[in-house]
Amino acid sequence: MAVASISVTETPLVLYALRRADDALILGHRLSEWCGHAPAMEEDMALANMGLDLLGQARELYSYAADVEGKGNDEDKFAYLRDVRQYRNLLLLEQPNGDFARTMVRQFFYAAFADLYWRAMMKSSDATLAAIAAKSEKESAYHLRHSSEWMVRLGDGTEESHRRAQDAVDDLWAYTGEMFQVDESERALIERGVVAVDPATLHPQWLTTVSAVVGEATLALPKSGWMQQGGRSGKHSEHLGHLLSELQSIKRTFPGATW
Amino acid sequence: MVIAMRNDVDLRKRAWDVAAAVVDPEIPVLTIADLGVLRDVAVTDGRVEVAITPTYSGCPAMNMISLEIELALEREGFANSKVRTVLSPAWTTDWMSEQGRQKLREYGIAPPQSGELSPRAVRRAAGCVPAMRLGGYRGAVRIRLDLLQGVVALPKLPRTVRLFQMPLRS
Repeated sequence: MAVASISVTETPLVLYALRRADDALILGHRLSEWCGHAPAMEEDMALANMGLDLLGQARELYSYAADVEGKGNDEDKFAYLRDVRQYRNLLLLEQPNGDFARTMVRQFFYAAFADLYWRAMMKSSDATLAAIAAKSEKESAYHLRHSSEWMVRLGDGTEESHRRAQDAVDDLWAYTGEMFQVDESERALIERGVVAVDPATLHPQWLTTVSAVVGEATLALPKSGWMQQGGRSGKHSEHLGHLLSELQSIKRTFPGATW
Repeated sequence: MVIAMRNDVDLRKRAWDVAAAVVDPEIPVLTIADLGVLRDVAVTDGRVEVAITPTYSGCPAMNMISLEIELALEREGFANSKVRTVLSPAWTTDWMSEQGRQKLREYGIAPPQSGELSPRAVRRAAGCVPAMRLGGYRGAVRIRLDLLQGVVALPKLPRTVRLFQMPLRS
């Protein structure tokens, strides 16, 4: 790669914004991979549009991180010029699309969380974060409704769609725990009211929503057990590096390219 | 002082009219004022600042709309105008003007209705199938396929295929 990675001064607030921005960018990128491949035109457009929602959220959060950091970085530098170990997204969101059922289960697990999370974050004492939350909450609510419909349709559909949806639930379950964890850096922001919610408090409500839909879909949740973690501190699965090599290749290979 | 203020008020009105006439690149029958995307126009020392809000976070038309506003203002003699994006309060379809809704209808797109749809409004919208029975279902409306199948000849659908008339996204 021809362009070196940037360095980032990760104060708690910068780190917080980058984590949420990375979540949105990586999941948005995954959804964009369906463009031209989805099972129906309507769904192709729906996935691309939801990817755009997430890309928009990522841009707002990156721009805010850049303002707070004040070191001359910007949204493009954060997206294109950080290496895999500098990315702070949830492991769940970088997992490959797999089949359509896997994409929908990943979307559902996350949207059920994001809907609650952004609604709570609308009470942030930070005006920018509260505004981003208000916009994101509307979009997450729609993503949840969309993926819930698909959960039921796939789970309670044919034998094959049921099997594929259940496999995805079983495989992705271990990545759901990370959504509810906070570290010291974020804890300080919660205490100051900048982050308006401790995500751990959202777990019961998340589980209620997820259980209801999964039940209606005639699927079963795995017994809660050991949970994966590491994305928030840059320890990723092997999949993120591959995703970034595609996402960043032009910017890194042809520095300053314009068209 | 008073004259300067009056001038600013007049300028603001003129600048607003220019910005308000910019059309949505995706649905060019609608202006950004019809859509409620145009939020504010301010004039300070003869310099115009326009505030717009995205309909959704990733709206790819925002850059183009900004550019169109700047160009339109420049054509009307407002040099060095600035367009900023505001996120709060978040856009809702309720901000679409009545005129905008009418234009949309004439363009062939069903305009969004304000707030949640009542079952009666849905029935009116679904007036093409008057025999359809609509019942409340989790805030949305469920179209009973079994009843529908009795009225109109439809192939038997599996239980899991559900058609929803959702409350519109607002």
